[in-house]
Amino acid sequence: MNKKKILFILLIVIALLPLAIKSNNFRHIMILFVLFAGLGEAWNIITGYAGQTSFGHAAFFGIGAYTSAVFVWKFGILPWYGLLAGGIIALVVASIVSYPAFKLSGHYFAIATLAIGEIILQVFVSWDYVAGATGIMIPMKERGLLNMQFHPRNKLAYFYIIFALFVFVLIITYLVESSKMGFYLKTIRESHEAARALGINTTRYKLYAMGISAFLTAILGGFYAQYVMYIDPFMVFPLSISMQIVLLTVLGGLGNIFGPIIGAAILIPLSQYTRIIFGGTGMGLDLIIFGLLVVVIACYQPHGLVGLIQNIRQKGVEEDERTPARG
Amino acid sequence: MVAQVITSGLLMGFIYALVAVGLTLTWGVLDIINFAHGEYLMLSMYTAFWLYSLLHLDPLISLPIAAFTLYIIGYLTYKLVVKKVINAPALVALLATFGLSLFFRNTAQFLFSPNSRFINESIVVDKKIELGTIIIGMPKLVASIGSIIMVFVIYYFIEKTRTGKAIKATAQDKATAQLMGINTEKIYALTFGISGAAAGIAGAFMSTFYSIYPESGLMYGLLAFVIVALGGFGNIMGALYGGLIIGLTEALGGYFLGTQFKYAIVFLIYLIVIQFKPKGLFGW
Repeated sequence: MNKKKILFILLIVIALLPLAIKSNNFRHIMILFVLFAGLGEAWNIITGYAGQTSFGHAAFFGIGAYTSAVFVWKFGILPWYGLLAGGIIALVVASIVSYPAFKLSGHYFAIATLAIGEIILQVFVSWDYVAGATGIMIPMKERGLLNMQFHPRNKLAYFYIIFALFVFVLIITYLVESSKMGFYLKTIRESHEAARALGINTTRYKLYAMGISAFLTAILGGFYAQYVMYIDPFMVFPLSISMQIVLLTVLGGLGNIFGPIIGAAILIPLSQYTRIIFGGTGMGLDLIIFGLLVVVIACYQPHGLVGLIQNIRQKGVEEDERTPARG
Repeated sequence: MVAQVITSGLLMGFIYALVAVGLTLTWGVLDIINFAHGEYLMLSMYTAFWLYSLLHLDPLISLPIAAFTLYIIGYLTYKLVVKKVINAPALVALLATFGLSLFFRNTAQFLFSPNSRFINESIVVDKKIELGTIIIGMPKLVASIGSIIMVFVIYYFIEKTRTGKAIKATAQDKATAQLMGINTEKIYALTFGISGAAAGIAGAFMSTFYSIYPESGLMYGLLAFVIVALGGFGNIMGALYGGLIIGLTEALGGYFLGTQFKYAIVFLIYLIVIQFKPKGLFGW
């Protein structure tokens, strides 16, 4: 079975699951799962394929969330335009801030993106135009697809919107990965010097990768704002969002289109269910368990869960090859 | 007034430097980003607090206990967690230490509640020195003098002693260090222990003037990243100068532009400096 077929079957399963299980809690977790899988795919473009570790993707997520929220709240413009505008603004911001940062390598680049993320958070906290630390409450509009507002219990509608956006992100990721640009990015990841020696304009392709990644991240952020209907800077810009994206992608498998899906499928239900089961005490028991599990997974499955699956499949292949030889 | 701000920025800078020295050691020697480093600071502050609250020990007297406790925690971090991920792809170690930081922070919240606690009895509390118009609080002064002494002790240890040279050799080339008969496994564990102890000492000093709560270490952990990157990974003197620059920037930025912008300015300064020195001020 090839990669495309597996991905297609996986998508159908994801699309049908919320229909089969009617619990609203479950559907909410499915929405978050698809959202974060999408964020992981977007982050994978710059870090997994191009090898530039970004710890600042919450900045783009937040820019997307704020743009779509401000569009509805200040101007009464449909959130769909807000999603697109958020993506474009994030793309522009990403190009401006990462151009100087691309001079840096390795950890220095990672810390620079972390710094950029923190600066943007601080700016939004003290920016009066977007209500600073108070946050924005998205006003109620007529329910329907156009306004992206539904009955709060109608999680299915939200799910299929984010699912469609996720498929869009996957298509873009797939196009990037299988194009000439994808090969350029992987060359840059393996050896910056070799890529330059081959005549690849490394800064330009890293910029393209960062721009696409930021654009997609912001669109997903825009959806998030419309879904939760209230945002403040500490919800959409914190380091913990950047880190969650990093965690689930590394956990699933870096630089692999299945990685973020597998990582999010494990991490999001894990964090949500530990919160539902242990979070009621308000004493952080859920995060103690979550933290420990992350440590354990990192220690015992260092190559990501995709690595585990590949190992099993490789063993299977080796055994298949051996069998006819014996006969 | 500006002189006052500069003084207080420099004093904080020395404390930041000690926190960052711990981080730069593990970063330089093991090439691992320890996201739990800020939590070491928090754990040390709680150690000082409980010794004060249960045994009535002055934090400055119980300081060696806090340092030793954090040495052990650092040592165990290596033995139980980092050792297993050290040969994995770089981001996996980060995943592990990030999980660890969540674990430490929330365990503290679970055991000690999220309330802020203060140590209000210590020989330094409520004392101050006046130099003309500049007023220096005794807790901060003692903390920063203690921190600068510790930075130089660690610097001396790394540069001059046999074990320190073994640490440097391991940082430069692990395989060659092993061929020279250095037990790199021991060196790694020791480095993590020293890193914990450095944060432990800084935390014990800070407990005399800073509120103690589960997220105490969060911002200092982030600042330590920036300081280490500013100074160059693995460079102790770089961490010292980086700490001073960040301390000053924070104080002056907060004074001239408002406290809400002080961290934004700190991060901005890092981004500007790194434009001219892409590997930090003292990186190679």
